[in-house]
Formats: sequence, structure tokens, C-alpha cells
Amino acid sequence: MSIFEYNGSALIAMVGKNCFAIASDRRLGVQLQTIATDFQRIYQIHDKLYIGLSGLATDAQTLYQRLVFRHKLYQLREERDMKPETFASLVSAILYEKRFGPYFCQPVIAGLGDEDKPFICTMDSIGAKELAKDFVVAGSASESLYGACETMFKPDMEPEELFETVSHALMSSVDRDCLSGWGGHVYVVTPTEVKETILKGRMD
Amino acid sequence: MGDSQYSFSLTTFSPSGKLVQIEHALTAVGSGQTSLGIKAANGVVIATEKKLPSILVDETSVQKIQCLTPNIGVVYSGMGPDFRVLVRKSRKQAEQYHRLYKEPIPVTQLVRETAAVMQEFTQSGGVRPFGVSLLVAGYDDNGPQLYQVDPSGSYFSWKASAMGKNVSNAKTFLEKRYTDDMELDDAVHTAILTLKEGFEGQISAKNIEIGIINAVDRKFRVLTPAEIDDFLAEVE
Repeated sequence: MSIFEYNGSALIAMVGKNCFAIASDRRLGVQLQTIATDFQRIYQIHDKLYIGLSGLATDAQTLYQRLVFRHKLYQLREERDMKPETFASLVSAILYEKRFGPYFCQPVIAGLGDEDKPFICTMDSIGAKELAKDFVVAGSASESLYGACETMFKPDMEPEELFETVSHALMSSVDRDCLSGWGGHVYVVTPTEVKETILKGRMD
Repeated sequence: MGDSQYSFSLTTFSPSGKLVQIEHALTAVGSGQTSLGIKAANGVVIATEKKLPSILVDETSVQKIQCLTPNIGVVYSGMGPDFRVLVRKSRKQAEQYHRLYKEPIPVTQLVRETAAVMQEFTQSGGVRPFGVSLLVAGYDDNGPQLYQVDPSGSYFSWKASAMGKNVSNAKTFLEKRYTDDMELDDAVHTAILTLKEGFEGQISAKNIEIGIINAVDRKFRVLTPAEIDDFLAEVE
């Protein structure tokens, strides 16, 4: 079994009209045994920037700590928040530093950039960026997530519809994956507010 | 190697609290050729005298104004060789920033990094301070910007500034001529007039250099002698 699937995870980011959603499952397992059902995989970098880290949980947490450190230094030095594009390049550079002993994580980055334009992207564990206009997925449930998102995505969704779409895609995909699930965590970010929702799903 | 009293930094405080080496560096700048910069509403101009030691020197081979990044340019007063070292280090810094963030370095950041290098050379062992002051002109998301960096590593943002020979005259001149709503072309005229004030001999496209950056393309470039001639004709 791949080390990327040791703890299990499911992550999506999706773009709507002047908004985006980023969602994850809540399970932390050790192979087939569930350890926790309230695990955080999505982290806030600043008001309009989020990162989800799928893959090995220990590496996700370490990587997150390093990213927060780098972002805080950037904020102090430049007296501004990082643009999502800039942050993605930073994450990519940090991952590639460990080219031959990587963090076993596949990040998903979502944020609102200049003029509140939504930005989403994902990358592999050594930092090869993959930019998308519609949605990105990651984690042990990614195969089923691709299918769900491809069927359910519509361009220019309003925040309410985006929330429904992302939640449905997540909930139906994790049912096809033994290693992720146990509820979901959804953030819908608009220029003015952030809506955070915890979903209940099949809790078995 | 680090075992005698001479391996200390050259810039050791004098009992009166001064760092004489830095003051000497400033003297070197003060006796250097005049350079000046003006921040206009839609761009920045930097200009300098280019006096050559002999008429036999090929003036096309001397470039006192340099690009650091496509949107940041720099000029100096003081020692040419020291300037080249700083330009090399600044360019490297800008490139490293770009490589990390895939975004051009903001002017403030590049100025700070350059100033940090100059400060380091006032505190390290076995080195001397840089004998140059820099005028850094750039245009980024924060608009047009003009910075002066001194050998001590201190830096300031200016609306218009001058350095080198005749600083005080040039600054007085700039104070009289400067307005907040100045356009870039007016600023170039003012820059030429200011240089002319303290210029020994006849000013021409061959013995001055002008660098501009405007709001439209945000590209820093050094004017060609032909373009300078056009401006000189307008000033006459």
C-alpha cells in the first residue's frame, strides 16, 4: 500500500462565481483502523487563502508548520498577505527542496487573489503545479472525486449552489473509498465572508 | 586570521561615537559625479553625468545606469567598481526572489536587500564600506518609486533627490522645480536642467545618461543618445 494512503484522505477545491469552496473528509486512520473522526486537513493561511494537505498526516502537519512560518515571515517583511499564486510557488519550492526524500503530501491550494479572483491549484509531493479553472481533487478518494466533480461541476455557481455541489461530490466519493470519510469539512469563501460547515455522513 | 587587532572591522567606533570609515565613504560619494532622480506621477527618471577621463575613451562603452530587473533601474555616485559589485549582488537577489515566488521582486524588497549588503560591509571584518550611494528607480504594484541608499546601509524614499558633486545646489534646484503632479516628460526636462546647473562644460547626449520607467509598460530603459538629443533640444 502506498504511503500516501496510510492515513486516508479526500480533498476538493472548486471555483464558483467570485468564490471558491475547499472541502475535506474528517477521518484519520492507520490503514483500515480508524483513529480519529475529527481530523483537520484544511488549514487557513490568511483570510482569503486556504491549503488542504492530503497524504501522510504527520508530513501534512510538519509541512503546514513550515508554511505558516514562511508566510508569517513574508507578512512581516512585505507588510501584506501572500497572493494565492505566490503562495503556490512557495509551496512548490519548499516541496522540491526535498526532491529525493519528499513530504508524502499532495497539497490543494485555494484562495482569492487580486480583485477577488478565485485561484485553485494542486501539486504532487515534489511540487509540480497543476492549475485548474474548475476543480482540483487529491487524496486516497481522488479517483472517485474526479468522477463526481466532472459530473456535478457547473461554471459560475453562486456560493450556495457551490456548497451543495462540493458537499455532494465529497460525500458520494468517500463512500467508494474505505480509507476516507466519516463526515466532511467544507469552507465556502466569498470576498466578504467565509462559511465553514461540518457535514455528517455515513459514520461507519 | 582573526588573531590580531587588525582583523577587526575597519569601521570601529571612534571615541566620539562616529564611524569615520563611513564618513570617508560619504566623502567619496560627495566628490563623485552628480546623479539625480525624480519621481513623476506616471514614472520615474534617473540621470547622471558621464564625465570621462579623456576624450579618447569610447563613451559608448561606459554605462553608469544599469537594470536590476526589467522594472527596476539603478544609478550611482562614487566609485564605479564598487557599484558593479552591488549591481551583481542585487541582480542575484532579485533573481532568487523571482525563482521562489514566480513574481517580480517589489522595489522596496530589493532596496532593503541591497541596503542590507551595504550595512554588512560596515560591520564585517576584512572589508571596507562601499564608496557609492545608489538611486534606485522602479515601478511596481505600489506605483512609481525612488530610493536612495547610502554606504551606511540607510535608505530613504524620495520624491526627488540628488547626490555627488553639487548635491546641495542640485537639491535646492529640485525643491524649486518639483511638483506632485509632474508628468514623466517634465521630470526628464527638470532632470536635464538640474544636471545643467552644475555642469562644467557643454552638456550633450554623450556626457550624460538618463534612465526612465513609465506606468504603461513598467519597463526600465536607458535613453539612447538620439533620444537624449531630442530632450536637450526641447530644453534649449
